[in-house]
Amino acid sequence: MKKMKAVTFLAAGCATAMVMTGCNSESSGSGDGSGDGEQKTIEFMHLWPEGSSKDHYDIVNEIIADYEEQNPNTTVELEVLSNEQYKEKLQVTSTSGELPDVGMTWPGGFLEPYVDGEMFAPLDDVLDEDGLRDSYVEGTTEAYEVDGSTYGLPLELNVAQVFYNSAIFDEYNLEEPETYEEFEEIVNTLKENDVAPIALGNQDRWTGSLWYMYMADRLGEDNLLNQAINGEASFTEEPLVKAAEKTQNLAANGAFTQGFNGLSDQEAKSMFMSEQAAMYLIATWDLPNYTTDETVSQDFQDAVDYFDFPTVEGKGNQNSYVGGPGVGLFVSEDSDVKEESKDFVKYFSEKWGEKSVSDAGVIPATKVNTDNVDLPDMYLEVLDDLNNADNLTLFADVQMSPDVAETHLTAIQSLFGEEITPEEFAEMHDEAIEEDQ
Amino acid sequence: MQSLGASEMNKVMSNKLMITLYIFPALFLIAVLIIVPLILTGYYGLMDWNGIGSMTFIGMENYINAIQDAAFWDSAWHSLLLALFSTLSLVIYLAVSMILASKIKGADLLRKIYLIPMLLSSVAIAQLWIKVYNPANGILNTILRGIGIENPPSWLANPDVVLYAIFIPILWQYAGFYILIYYAALKNIPESLIESAKIDGANPLQIAYKIKLPLIMGVVKVTIVLAIVGSLKYFDLIYVMTGGGPSGSSEVMASYMYDLAFSTNNFGYGSAIGFLLLIITLIVTIIIRKLTASKEDIQY
Repeated sequence: MKKMKAVTFLAAGCATAMVMTGCNSESSGSGDGSGDGEQKTIEFMHLWPEGSSKDHYDIVNEIIADYEEQNPNTTVELEVLSNEQYKEKLQVTSTSGELPDVGMTWPGGFLEPYVDGEMFAPLDDVLDEDGLRDSYVEGTTEAYEVDGSTYGLPLELNVAQVFYNSAIFDEYNLEEPETYEEFEEIVNTLKENDVAPIALGNQDRWTGSLWYMYMADRLGEDNLLNQAINGEASFTEEPLVKAAEKTQNLAANGAFTQGFNGLSDQEAKSMFMSEQAAMYLIATWDLPNYTTDETVSQDFQDAVDYFDFPTVEGKGNQNSYVGGPGVGLFVSEDSDVKEESKDFVKYFSEKWGEKSVSDAGVIPATKVNTDNVDLPDMYLEVLDDLNNADNLTLFADVQMSPDVAETHLTAIQSLFGEEITPEEFAEMHDEAIEEDQ
Repeated sequence: MQSLGASEMNKVMSNKLMITLYIFPALFLIAVLIIVPLILTGYYGLMDWNGIGSMTFIGMENYINAIQDAAFWDSAWHSLLLALFSTLSLVIYLAVSMILASKIKGADLLRKIYLIPMLLSSVAIAQLWIKVYNPANGILNTILRGIGIENPPSWLANPDVVLYAIFIPILWQYAGFYILIYYAALKNIPESLIESAKIDGANPLQIAYKIKLPLIMGVVKVTIVLAIVGSLKYFDLIYVMTGGGPSGSSEVMASYMYDLAFSTNNFGYGSAIGFLLLIITLIVTIIIRKLTASKEDIQY
């Protein structure tokens, strides 16, 4: 009897331990169960749960239903996780070789380790079919390129714009600036009237980076910024140092909300949306807030407008945007149903381009014909901007490797906080890029 | 088990097989969930690994880099500062619990109030204090402006004050925990000892310092170790409130490790930092144990 007890306790203990350590491998079974050659199953993992992104979720289901109807031999098996869990699961399944056949990835630095580990399949053959590549906005597929091959089909595109509160602008007779000098005038006028000119939450750091990126994009003209990021030019080149200097001056001049380095973007956003600040530089993923979101007051939505970042010292082009694609689709290199998966991602990205903007307010990475869509004006304006874009400068942290991006983001915070000089800022970048290569 | 006689119990306990069987489950769990991951972390520290692809063995390079990494030592310094402040604050907690334990009116209610921060999740506390510290609308700066200070600091944005600004909620968060421990220990002191001290003419301060403190010294030592070890590996409030910023001025060892491993995909280097964090914590714990060790154990 005594022994029995000990043994059962032991067995129970072991079972608990096994459950705890074994849960990872259990829950990630792969979808190759149907091996009869006829019926194929594509495992598809995405990050838009019904609860938090209902519109996205519904579009995905619609597209899958259509696809299954057209391809009766293929079933698409869904697994839906929220953002952070998704990232974790992707990393865990990648190390155990059990990636889903199709999933979502972020461009640039996020993608790289998966490509290095030969886990994602190159999708250039898909892009070259039926001219799919040309249907994308300039610069979007490039964000998923590693060593000349493309590993993802971008779904979303966001560009940063300066949103402003036209009610505040009207009160002080201000107009949309076309040059940086006019922009500085606006900042000064607002300051004189005790209105916080620009909401900025630089604790998140990429927010401050947007300002520098635009400044460098304008002053650096012919792609000097991109060359510097790729290591082909130096950040110490005069235009780029000047961009850092101008950004720092703007911060020192009190253009941004007080204590910006300790504020999160969320806090800055709420300042702009509660009309405590006149301007706010943010990417177009925020458009629903200013157009369709019914929880935001109509008065505020009517007042919000946006302008393209001005030219600086007569340099640059207002049709050049800082932005980047959000998530894109990948196909697993080790998938048993690789060809079917490739066919599916192609179908998916085409349909997504048709539906996403009208049904979910998501700007797709593919060009949208604005003639026959029913959308708020601000969307149409942005879509037109994108169709006429001359250049897309990718977000710094998308374009740089994770190591360099971390240096860049830290340097941004220090630059805004006046802890380093523009020259030091430039040197930090050069060093990090050189070390990385 | 209660039906077993003492001698029978001894017989069971002297059986080697039984001993092994009894301790095996716990040992197994500790090994699988704690020891093995620890060893693996040390092992990953020897690798050049991005956490996803294949690993390359690079020997001690990560550890050597870490030791020469100024940012790591900055974060270690911040962790040590936190440990120092946590330990100093124990004095205040002790004083508060002494007052609470001396049968003042409403002690029960106060004890519960002090415990509230313990019941909140770290993220909620962080959100609460972010609001308090908001430079424009926060309650703190509103009060400061109200009493005539024109340019109150932007707490979380100022590299010189951010660290101390974060220490306050951290200390506040754990106050209830330590007060509860001290309170329980103080309540355990036999009333007769204090009565006789009073009869001998000791004043309340003397009772506190000469009778109560020595009697709960064992508990105090444990809390010192808890406070220091807890501070050295502290992560949550800092991560939520500033993410280690601005420009690393509130980075602690654990948040630095997290950034390296998960933001820059330097899993190997992050693991090395994690392993060093373990070693530093172990060394400090040993030193504290040595410093606070005393031969005589007070009995009552």
